[in-house]
Amino acid sequence: MAKTESNKTGSMVVKRGLAEMLKGGVIMDVVNADQAKIAEDSGACAVMALERVPADIRRDGGVARMSDPEMIEKIQAVVSIPVMAKARIGHFVEAQVLESLGVDFIDESEVLTPADESHHIDKFAFKTPVVCGATNLGEALRRISEGAALIRSKGEAGTGNIVEAVRHLRSIIGDIRKITQADSAELFEWAKRLQAPLPLVQEIAETGWLQVPLFCAGGIATPSDAALAMQLGAEAVFVGSGIFKSNDPAPRARAIVEATTHFRDAEIIAKVSRNLGAPMTGIGMDNIEQRFAERGW
Amino acid sequence: MVAQSQKSKSELTVGVLALQGAFSSHEAVLNKIGVSSRQVRTPQDLEVVDALVMPGGESTTMSQLLESANLFEPINARIKNRMPVFGTCAGMILLAKTIIDGRDDQLSFNAIDIDVQRNAYGRQIDSFEAEIEIGALTGSFHGVFIRAPRIVSLGSSVTALAYCGDDVVLAQQDKVLVASFHPELANDIRLHELFLEGV
Repeated sequence: MAKTESNKTGSMVVKRGLAEMLKGGVIMDVVNADQAKIAEDSGACAVMALERVPADIRRDGGVARMSDPEMIEKIQAVVSIPVMAKARIGHFVEAQVLESLGVDFIDESEVLTPADESHHIDKFAFKTPVVCGATNLGEALRRISEGAALIRSKGEAGTGNIVEAVRHLRSIIGDIRKITQADSAELFEWAKRLQAPLPLVQEIAETGWLQVPLFCAGGIATPSDAALAMQLGAEAVFVGSGIFKSNDPAPRARAIVEATTHFRDAEIIAKVSRNLGAPMTGIGMDNIEQRFAERGW
Repeated sequence: MVAQSQKSKSELTVGVLALQGAFSSHEAVLNKIGVSSRQVRTPQDLEVVDALVMPGGESTTMSQLLESANLFEPINARIKNRMPVFGTCAGMILLAKTIIDGRDDQLSFNAIDIDVQRNAYGRQIDSFEAEIEIGALTGSFHGVFIRAPRIVSLGSSVTALAYCGDDVVLAQQDKVLVASFHPELANDIRLHELFLEGV
């Protein structure tokens, strides 16, 4: 046994550590064991187990909740890569249940119907790392101050439309760049404007980055979308409906994995983008009733 | 082939396999030491490096990308030509002789005579930190183990360099160094320096 009394589990170091290991990879939404297997076969670095992909949640309406534990366990049984699952915003009991199932990462997700309209989960209370979405830097820093081990730009899940993800990434990374140019007095004003803790703002000024990795989610449907997110500064991508709502999921999944790795190499992106069949149809932003990205406070 | 013997530390270029995983953390350590690093994603990238670090991440993902990027054979040839390599976590899995609990189609370089079991310490909830004593270094080293693989057996040509409990967690065979933990997450440059001494 390597484990001794002095070994420490559940620390921020090991929680952020797993986020580090996912960098440069693609985390794919899956709704059953068969899809999970296809995702792993295609080179996913992790899967997100959920009952319905965001496009279907959007279509069906109603309350979207944590997945059935049995379905999550079936997925855990068939893949060797990390398995993530979603809890509703503020629903710390769903998070407790997911931790008891041994999921590797919990996503406190705006794609599900929020359970609390003013509080997010206290993520320090969990040994399992938690990822949260953000549309801007202030939101990202509030989630980090609550213990998030990973931030993903929210984008607009289930639309197959990259425009919101681009908006959120540009907002978060653009403000990070501006803060690195600010003098020490201006950082107080930044903290006030962002409604974020001053020490986290000061840390950005010093290091030039968030203290946790920043991934992109919401609207990625093609290899070029994934590479766009990476070139804008995302460190990995989540792909939800974009894979299993397309005509031919496995080749598209593989192509998105390759484009995420070779995100600056247009020749490779061109090569992997050939003959993938139709991507998911997608929705324009003027035609959606519910913006998931507005959930979260 | 790049001649390795005459180069000083400042002339070295250390490659970091950048297909997926924690490659940027390794680069940060190398930059802190003052050696130049290069992300390796293609055979052309590989040609200009004197040594290669294989980072943590998902070994199954990296295995597939090694094939699609046509990198497996060139790296294999360089390792056989005694290019120094340092594999951490998933990187160690890629270098092992035998992978237990891997995918059937998973590639490995068979560069060090060890059997490695993937995710042998459990899921993420079991990921842990522990102090490790490394003989070649003074003072302990902070070991960060993330869904870590376990070295379950070593061949006679392999040297065990550190233990955590009863498990070997750092091992070396000629130019190949492997760790089941993540020195790139420990804010400590000593193990990378140790690797570079062999370059």
